[in-house]
Amino acid sequence: MWKMALRQSSVIAARYAAIGSRSLSTSSSRKSGAWWDGVEMGPPDPILGVTEAFKKDSNPQKINLGVGAYRDDAGKPFVLEAVTKAEEILLSKKLDKEYLGITGLAEFNKSAATLAFGSESGLLESGRVVTVQSLSGTGSLRVGSMFFKKFMPTAAIYLPAPSWGNHTPIFKHVGHEVKSYRYYDKNTCGFDAAGAMEDLNNAPEGSVIMLHACAHNPTGVDPTREDWKEMSSIIKNKKLFPFFDMAYQGFASGDLDIDAWPIRYFVEEGHCMALSQSFSKNMGLYGERVGAFTFVCSSPDEMKRVESQLKIIIRPLYSNPPVHGARIVAEIMKSPELHGLWLNEMKGMADRIITMREQLKSNLAEEGSQRNWEHITDQIGMFCFTGLTPEQVDKMKNDHSVYLTRDGRISIAGVSSTNNRYLAHAMHAVTK
Amino acid sequence: MSENSEAKKAKLGSSRFSEVEQAPPVAVFALTAAYKADTHPQKANLGVGAYRTDEGQPWVLPVVREVESQMAADHSLNHEYLPIAGLPEFTSAATKLVLGDDSPALLEHRAIGFQTLSGTGALRLAAEFLKLRANHSVVYLPDPTWGNHTSIFQLVGFDIRKYRYWKPETKGLDIDGLIEDLKNAPENAVVVLHACAHNPTGVDPTQEQWKKIAEVVKAGNLFTFFDSAYIGFASGDVETDRWAVRYFVSQGLELFTAQSFSKNFGLYNERVGNLAIVVNDPGVHGRVKSQMEKLARAMWSNPPNHGARIVASVLTNPTLSAQWKEHIATMADRIRQMRELLYQKLKLQGTPGTWNHIVDQIGMFSYTGLSAKQVEFMKEKYHIYAMKSGRINMCAVTTSNVEHIAKAIHEAVSNIQPS
Repeated sequence: MWKMALRQSSVIAARYAAIGSRSLSTSSSRKSGAWWDGVEMGPPDPILGVTEAFKKDSNPQKINLGVGAYRDDAGKPFVLEAVTKAEEILLSKKLDKEYLGITGLAEFNKSAATLAFGSESGLLESGRVVTVQSLSGTGSLRVGSMFFKKFMPTAAIYLPAPSWGNHTPIFKHVGHEVKSYRYYDKNTCGFDAAGAMEDLNNAPEGSVIMLHACAHNPTGVDPTREDWKEMSSIIKNKKLFPFFDMAYQGFASGDLDIDAWPIRYFVEEGHCMALSQSFSKNMGLYGERVGAFTFVCSSPDEMKRVESQLKIIIRPLYSNPPVHGARIVAEIMKSPELHGLWLNEMKGMADRIITMREQLKSNLAEEGSQRNWEHITDQIGMFCFTGLTPEQVDKMKNDHSVYLTRDGRISIAGVSSTNNRYLAHAMHAVTK
Repeated sequence: MSENSEAKKAKLGSSRFSEVEQAPPVAVFALTAAYKADTHPQKANLGVGAYRTDEGQPWVLPVVREVESQMAADHSLNHEYLPIAGLPEFTSAATKLVLGDDSPALLEHRAIGFQTLSGTGALRLAAEFLKLRANHSVVYLPDPTWGNHTSIFQLVGFDIRKYRYWKPETKGLDIDGLIEDLKNAPENAVVVLHACAHNPTGVDPTQEQWKKIAEVVKAGNLFTFFDSAYIGFASGDVETDRWAVRYFVSQGLELFTAQSFSKNFGLYNERVGNLAIVVNDPGVHGRVKSQMEKLARAMWSNPPNHGARIVASVLTNPTLSAQWKEHIATMADRIRQMRELLYQKLKLQGTPGTWNHIVDQIGMFSYTGLSAKQVEFMKEKYHIYAMKSGRINMCAVTTSNVEHIAKAIHEAVSNIQPS
C-alpha cells in the first residue's frame, strides 16, 4: 500500500514537473514526454526530401527531378482517361464496400498474374501460382520479405547496387541480412555484366536475388536479353531464389510483353520465383496503393501451403487490402475498350519519356557539352542515372534550382519540352 | 506448360519450401466460408462483423455514395501519392472526431493524427513504434479481446498479458478483476482499452468505472492505447462513444487511439484508419511522426487515398456531416431494436438462464454465453453460424430471422450441456 502511495505522489509531482519539459531522469517520474525521450528524429527521406526543398524555392525556372511520379508535358499529374472511365462504370454499378478477403480482389489478382506471365504459358492453369493483392510495390515487398524471413531465415537478400532506396529498409526491418551484387558500372553508365555474374556465382545457395524486371530504379540501366539468360542460368545452377520487382511493366518500353520478358523467360526456364507488381506508374494509380505479390511454387500443394502462410502474414499487418484501385484495374482489364485505351495512354507516357531523353541528349550537344551522354538514351524508364557527382548535384540545386537526388538520379517524368533546354544548360554548366 | 518447361522444372530438385506447413485459417473467415457453402434456406451468418440492413444486406451509406459521385466528377482530384502520414484534411478531421473539437490536446497542439490502413494498420504501426522506437515491451489486453490484437502484439514481440474483463457469472464487466490486474501491471506497460462497444463481448465500462480505470492507469504510469473501431456506431452518438477517450485526455494522460472508419462509415474495404496521438509536450510530435513515417514507409509507403478523401469530405462539411450522423443513428438504432427483439423472444420462450445481457451489451457484438458445443448444435441443426466463443453479430439479426435464432438458442441451451 505504501509503495503505491509513494508511487502515486511522486508520479503526480513528476507530471507537473514534466509538462513542457523533455528530459526526465528518475524512473518513477517517467511520464509526460518521458516515454518519448528515447525517440530520435528520423532522418528525412532522401527522395521525398528533394520535393520538400523544391517547394521552398521561389525561382520560377525551378525543376523538380526528384519524385518518381509521371508528369505530362505541362508538368502536371496525369490521370488516365481509362481510369476515369473505369471509375464512372464502377460508380454506376453501385458495388458494396464489404471487406475483401485477406488476399484481396480475386479478379484483380487474376488480371495481375495474367499481365505478368502472359496467357500463353499455361502457368496460371497449373495451379502452382498464388497471387495476393498487396499495398502496391512496397506492400508486396514487405509481405515477401516477411515470408522469406519466416521460411528461409538464414538466406541473405541480394540487391543490385544500387537499388531503389526503400528496398534496404524493407528487408532490414524484418531482420534480413542485406547484401548486394554489382550492377551499375559508373564508368560506362551501363550494366556491369561481368561484375553481376561473378557476384551471383559467389552467392551462397538459397540466397534471394532481387531483380528489377525492367526500367531499373534508380539507374534506368536494364540487362540485355543475353545478360538475362546468363543470370537465369547462374541462378539455377547456384540454387538461388529470384525475387522480381516489376513496377514499370508497359511503362518502360510502352509494350507490356517486352517489359515482362525476363519474368516469362525465367518461367520457361523452370524457375520458382516471387514477384512484386505495382500499378502506381503504369496506370497512374499511385495513391490508391494497387499491387500484387505472386509466388510461383513448385506444385499446387506447395502453393496452398504458401498461400495460407501469406494470409497469416497479412492479417496482423492490415487485415485485407483497399478495394478501390483494384476494382479500377479489374474493370480496365476486362473491357476491351478500356484496355485498348489504357495501352494507348501507357504508350503515350513511355513515348513522351523516350522523346525527352532524345531531346535532352541533343540539347546537351547543342549546349556544347563534350561529355558522352549516350546513357541518357540507352537507359530506360522513368529514371536516368546522369553520372553527376553529389557536388555537381548540389550545384544544380544551388545555382540553377534544379532538384534531384544526390546519387545523380533524375526523373525524366519531370522533364518537359519547355524545361528541357534549361536542364541541359544546367547540366552542362556543372559538368564542363 | 510445355514439355520443355516441365523437364526444366523437374531438374530443380526438391523445393526449399517443403517445410512450409499449412497455416490454420483465420477462424472468423473460415466460419463465413462454411456458411457460404451451406445451402439451407434459413441459414444465418452471425460471424463476421459488418453491418446489415433488416433485409440482411450490406449498406453503403447514402452520404458515401453522394460524395463518391462528387469525387468522380471533380477533375481537380487525382490519384497522386499521399504524404506518408496521409491526407492532412483526413487526419485532422479524424483526430478531431475522437477527441472533440474543444479538446485541450488539440487546442494546445498536443495531438496529431497519422493515416493508417484502418484499425489494423493503426494498431500495427503503433505497436511497432512502441516496441521498437519507444522502449515499451509489455502489453495488457482485455480477456477476451479481438483475435487480431493478440496476433499483432505477438508478432511485434511484446510480452502479452491479460487483464480480467468478461465475467461469465454476470455476463458483464469484471471491474474488480480489471482494476486488480492493472494495479499489478509493471510501469510503462501498454494497456489496450476498447473505447466503446467492446469486441467480442459488447460489455463496456460505465462512466464511473472508466474513472476508476483512468485512476489506476495514471497511478501505475501505464500507457493507454485505445482501440476505437466504433465511434458513433455503438450508441448512435459520437459524443457518447468518445467519452472515455476524452476523459482520459482530461486527466492529463498521454495516449494513442487506433481509429477505424470501417463500421461507422461503412467503408470496410477502403481501409480507412487514423492513429490519433496525444502527448503532453508538443515538441515531441516531430520526432514521433518521423519515426512512424519510417515504419510506415517499410509497410505500405503511404496510405490509400480514396476512402480517406470520402471521410474528410464528409466530416469537414456541416451538411454531409449531419447526414452521416443520421446514418450512424440509423445503424445503432436498428441494432438496439434487434437486441430488444431477441431478448423479448427469449423471455417469451422461457429460455433457461438470464438474457438481459443481450440488451445491456452494446454495439455490433454480443457475448451470448453460449458454449462451443451449443454453438456447434445451432450450426448443425439450425444452420446458424456463430463463433465458438458464443459471440454473435447483432447486425445479422433481422425481423425475419430473429424467431429462428431465438428458437435455436432456446433449444441449444435447453438440450446441450455447456461443456
